[in-house]
Amino acid sequence: MSAIQPPAQRIWWKQPLDKVELVWIVIAFAWCLVMFFMMPYWHVFGKQNLSSETYRARPEMFARAAEEMVAKWKVREETEAKIPVVAPPAGADVYLIARLWDWWPILELEEGKTYRLNLMSMDYQHGFSLQPENINVQVLPGYQHVVTVTPNRAGTYGIVCNEFCGAGHHKMVSKLYVVKK
Amino acid sequence: MAGTELFRTDPRTGLQYHKSAELLIKANAVAAVVALLVGGIIALLITLTRWQAVHLLNADNFYLLLTAHGLDMLVIWVIFFEIAILYFCSSTLLRSRLATPRLAWLAFALMVIGTVTFNAAIFTGNATVMMTSYVPLPGHPAFYLGLILFAVGALIGCFIFLGTLVVARAEKTYEGSIPLVTFGALTACIIAIFTIASGAIILIPTFLWSAGYVKSIDPLMYRTIWWAFGHSSQQINVSAHVAVWYAIAAIVFAAKPMSERVSRTAFVLYILFLQLASAHHLLADPGLSTEWKVFNTSYAMYLAVLASMIHGLTVPGSIEVAQRAKGLTKGLFEWIRKAPWGNPTFSGMFISLLVFGFLGGISGVMMGTEQLNMIIHNTTYVPGHFHATVVGGTTLAFMALTYFLIPSLFNREVIMPGLAKWQPYLFGIGMGVFSLALMGAGTLGVPRRHWDITFAGASLPYEYPGTAYLMLAIMGVSGVVAIVGGAAYILITVGSLLWGKRLAAGAYGRETTVLRMPVDTALTGHGTGGFVAPGTFVFAMVFLTAFILYYFVNWKYLSTVWGLS
Repeated sequence: MSAIQPPAQRIWWKQPLDKVELVWIVIAFAWCLVMFFMMPYWHVFGKQNLSSETYRARPEMFARAAEEMVAKWKVREETEAKIPVVAPPAGADVYLIARLWDWWPILELEEGKTYRLNLMSMDYQHGFSLQPENINVQVLPGYQHVVTVTPNRAGTYGIVCNEFCGAGHHKMVSKLYVVKK
Repeated sequence: MAGTELFRTDPRTGLQYHKSAELLIKANAVAAVVALLVGGIIALLITLTRWQAVHLLNADNFYLLLTAHGLDMLVIWVIFFEIAILYFCSSTLLRSRLATPRLAWLAFALMVIGTVTFNAAIFTGNATVMMTSYVPLPGHPAFYLGLILFAVGALIGCFIFLGTLVVARAEKTYEGSIPLVTFGALTACIIAIFTIASGAIILIPTFLWSAGYVKSIDPLMYRTIWWAFGHSSQQINVSAHVAVWYAIAAIVFAAKPMSERVSRTAFVLYILFLQLASAHHLLADPGLSTEWKVFNTSYAMYLAVLASMIHGLTVPGSIEVAQRAKGLTKGLFEWIRKAPWGNPTFSGMFISLLVFGFLGGISGVMMGTEQLNMIIHNTTYVPGHFHATVVGGTTLAFMALTYFLIPSLFNREVIMPGLAKWQPYLFGIGMGVFSLALMGAGTLGVPRRHWDITFAGASLPYEYPGTAYLMLAIMGVSGVVAIVGGAAYILITVGSLLWGKRLAAGAYGRETTVLRMPVDTALTGHGTGGFVAPGTFVFAMVFLTAFILYYFVNWKYLSTVWGLS
């Protein structure tokens, strides 16, 4: 009988499958396997995989590392707030502080070079959203996340916060420069 | 059979309502609609704010109302309605008395008190923390306490459902196995117990933290356990609305499941693969290994996705079989062309199936793919996805069921049948376009939960492309269309309850009849040698093609962004 009544056959579990169902299940299952294998495949052959390198860190330690980086490689300052712009050498550990409500400092990277981008929050949870690339990474307090990045196009990028972090959330936005040398 | 409890038999559907259960079903359904009304009014305000050209609210009110909208819709509306469905699927469908109606009223009271408590915290401006309330963003203790009270109430409701199954079995009110729809409700109930317990495990310490008794809550631990509640609880909705799809196919077409075994196994897969969607939310997080993410987002084979793909075939498939049996056999599609598209119970259910599958399902898998998640995480793609699943899917399915419940349960004629005919189309199509526009904006990087993407007043603003603003405008217009559809639903529902023509209810009495089925002895499928639902199969292949193409388009796009390792 219908689906709101008990099955008409007492031993319904022995009822043979319909061909339409069987064919669809086989096709759909094969597709599900393809979707799983795409992930490991991309880890071997693809070039966009999010690193899982993470360290526990205290905010003051992370802030000190960022300040030391600024002292070493600052090239100029921008805006009235005199936000430092830092141009670290390729391969360097680069620190980006997320806090209420800014990203600090401004980074200037070189096209085609690889950097170890260290992300951490000083307070609440934030979201690193690189625009217009649309690369999005969650940023947590206490977890120093090292993401290895290789910018592939010169230009001026935006870094938007895309995790709600309180009243000034929508003003938490910064720049990132990628230059060609 | 005669007992001490009062029952009535609905003269139109033959359903037998237990008097105590009937009142509880009504109370929970009415509470759900009240939550939908509140959430819907807020929906209008926040849609008109994110539509950047209108930008109605100020920032503080926007974030405050967004928090309230998320909880009142996703938790309160949906769970109240689901508790009503649980009582209906156990007591009514099994013709049994409801176990412990007094406890069920306690559950109802706890849920109402909890709802009022956390809403008070939000509306006094003390808990603008979004639905997810990620620590260490602080909310008032009353916020967490209200959620915990609501959860305890819902949990009691789940156990009453299980108790009723036991009562029905013991008192032999039906023969054979429980109906498929009740089985789907049982799936939802089991998932609900697990997820609500997860919610309690994380919200109780968070409540103690907000009250000052616990020093700190680790943010990653919070996210991991919270999402075992936050997304696994969406599987309650999926199980419940799939059960509703089957129920409506049965009610409108007297459709018989193509195979009980396949449909029930697919429900079990939801339980076994419950955590896939929870892991989606952690794919862009630090602190979890790549292996953890890849495995837990798929368990190596995405069988929860498979389960939905199976239901997506078997629900319309069973309708096709029933229609063909009535002689609508011309070509591949006569059965669907001549379906009752003017009956909101059917049209709502079918649009729900399409929006859930094509928009919600496919986009969900994109987000649940470890690498693709990076180009989606926390953009408006995410609300685009879940408005397709929970609003276009679950909510619309519940609305469709309401048109059946008004005459059967409430004994009223549906008022304004002309408007009711159009309501599912307004709501479903509005919500579908709304979801697509949000996904489009998300693809362009527009963040979710964000008041102002022009970044007015920021020292280093970023300029989004014009297309992003266009997407938000489309979202605004279609959102308003959907809200009009939602308002029509509330108007019809409340209006029918208040002013609809009274229908004969059937007298209450102590006599009950056992749900006795004619026993078929021969074990035959619909057409074990044939291909009984070719039209549905063609639809399924169209779906799969769209799925595969869109999946690889996303990989193609991912391959063009910065190198990351």
